[in-house]
Amino acid sequence: MIEFDKVSKVYPNGTVGLRNINLTIQEGELVVIVGLSGAGKSTFLRSINRLTDISEGEIRVNGKSVTRASGSQIRHIRRDIGMIFQSFNLIKRSTVIRNVLSGRVGYHSTLRTMLGWFPKEDVDLSLNALQRVNIREKAYIRADQLSGGQQQRVSIARALAQEARVILADEPVASLDPLTTRQVMDDLKRINRDMNITTVINLHFIDLAREYATRIVGLRAGEVVFDGTPEEATDEAFAEIYGRPVMQDELLGGA
Amino acid sequence: MKTPVSTAPINPAAPDLSPPHKYKQLAGWLVLFAVLIACSIRTDVTPYQLIVGLPQMGSLLQEMFPPDWSYLPTIWGPMMETVQIAILGTTLGGLLAIPVALLCASNLGISRFVSLPARMMLNLIRTIPDLLFAAIFVAVFGIGPFAGMLALVFFSFGLIAKLTFEAIEAIDPGPLEAMSAVGANRMQIIMFGVVPQALPYFMSYLLYTFEVNVRAASVLGLVGAGGIGLLLDRALGLFRYDRASIIVLLTLVIVLVIDYGSTIIRRKLL
Repeated sequence: MIEFDKVSKVYPNGTVGLRNINLTIQEGELVVIVGLSGAGKSTFLRSINRLTDISEGEIRVNGKSVTRASGSQIRHIRRDIGMIFQSFNLIKRSTVIRNVLSGRVGYHSTLRTMLGWFPKEDVDLSLNALQRVNIREKAYIRADQLSGGQQQRVSIARALAQEARVILADEPVASLDPLTTRQVMDDLKRINRDMNITTVINLHFIDLAREYATRIVGLRAGEVVFDGTPEEATDEAFAEIYGRPVMQDELLGGA
Repeated sequence: MKTPVSTAPINPAAPDLSPPHKYKQLAGWLVLFAVLIACSIRTDVTPYQLIVGLPQMGSLLQEMFPPDWSYLPTIWGPMMETVQIAILGTTLGGLLAIPVALLCASNLGISRFVSLPARMMLNLIRTIPDLLFAAIFVAVFGIGPFAGMLALVFFSFGLIAKLTFEAIEAIDPGPLEAMSAVGANRMQIIMFGVVPQALPYFMSYLLYTFEVNVRAASVLGLVGAGGIGLLLDRALGLFRYDRASIIVLLTLVIVLVIDYGSTIIRRKLL
């Protein structure tokens, strides 16, 4: 469960990222955040694991305050939150399995992880995670040998290896082609449903949002201007979120 | 129908399309010449000396030829010592450079109160030439290869740390963020996010420094810091230019072999 309690964020240059957000995301939901670029989608997502600090209010994940957590507490909270980035953010020169295992570092001592001594259970866990996203056979090759879609699946596997209870995905398909976009979204949806992992995804394709979300939240200028089911998110509702009619390039198409 | 090429005068309001005048470039060259001539006059370094000295250079070359091949077995040992000094100095200097490079880099969340003094120290070390280091260490630790090795440790340390911290600052920040997001602490972020990205650069700089050090090590003997330089100094002192030339030739061969090898390895790394 993720709770936003009167959360605001103002950047040092005066830009408003978030404005008085009050929102509760229940366990197992697949929430898609939509809005124009600059509407605060990334800020919203990154404030959940405190990659971005908020200015006011409080955020709680599974009852624990992210906002008030100390350095080691925040590392513990982050351990349970997987994050998927638009640019994958893999360690390209390392093998796939090492990238997935890097999701386990929060569970072990610094020395042990520095030496790369991961227990056998961790290796099995990582291989299972790769199996779950259908790239088990790529485990021992370098990450930069994979296609974009495969690299994104490695980063999903990294989140699974973390045994995360929450997955945050910041524009996970923005650098992928339409076919691999669907594969990656299918993986995220399946994991959300099968493992009951709370999932929050930033997207700018509105048809994808309708297709995959259990709940859609629309942001405009840092404010929640829409919060409802995919059925409620009509073209008119999107026009309201965007402040203008929906345009063709906001549809992925080919459903 | 073909359109006839217009011969009418160009519209006077059209922008000037001719290339800009080269006054600035010309002025630049003139200043450079003026500086060169001024320096030459002030230091009394003129082409005249070159012309006067040329015949002597010719006779020197004549004396160098043919090289004294029988001297080769004698210099082989000191030459190997030179290479060994370079290997030790480069490796130790490179190892010391790793933590300092990490402290100097501005993108790893190290406090400026640490990174700025560390950078200052690196700059200080790099202003001291290796021969001066060698002379100092000879005075402290006595004549011999240890002083030379130590000089190369300092020299390599300064060079590798500087190049490596700049490489670290240029790495992709994405993986570091991803490691923060999985709950890694700073050491784990460095091990998983920074090291894999910076290691190939570090290795490349290490090899490059080794090349430079082999050349540097062959003159360390001039100040008594071991290696082939001692024999070179002696040969020159005794006017045995045939021996000096075989030393130079052997050094050339060794340097070429090492350059070639390290170029191949570095190309594979990057």
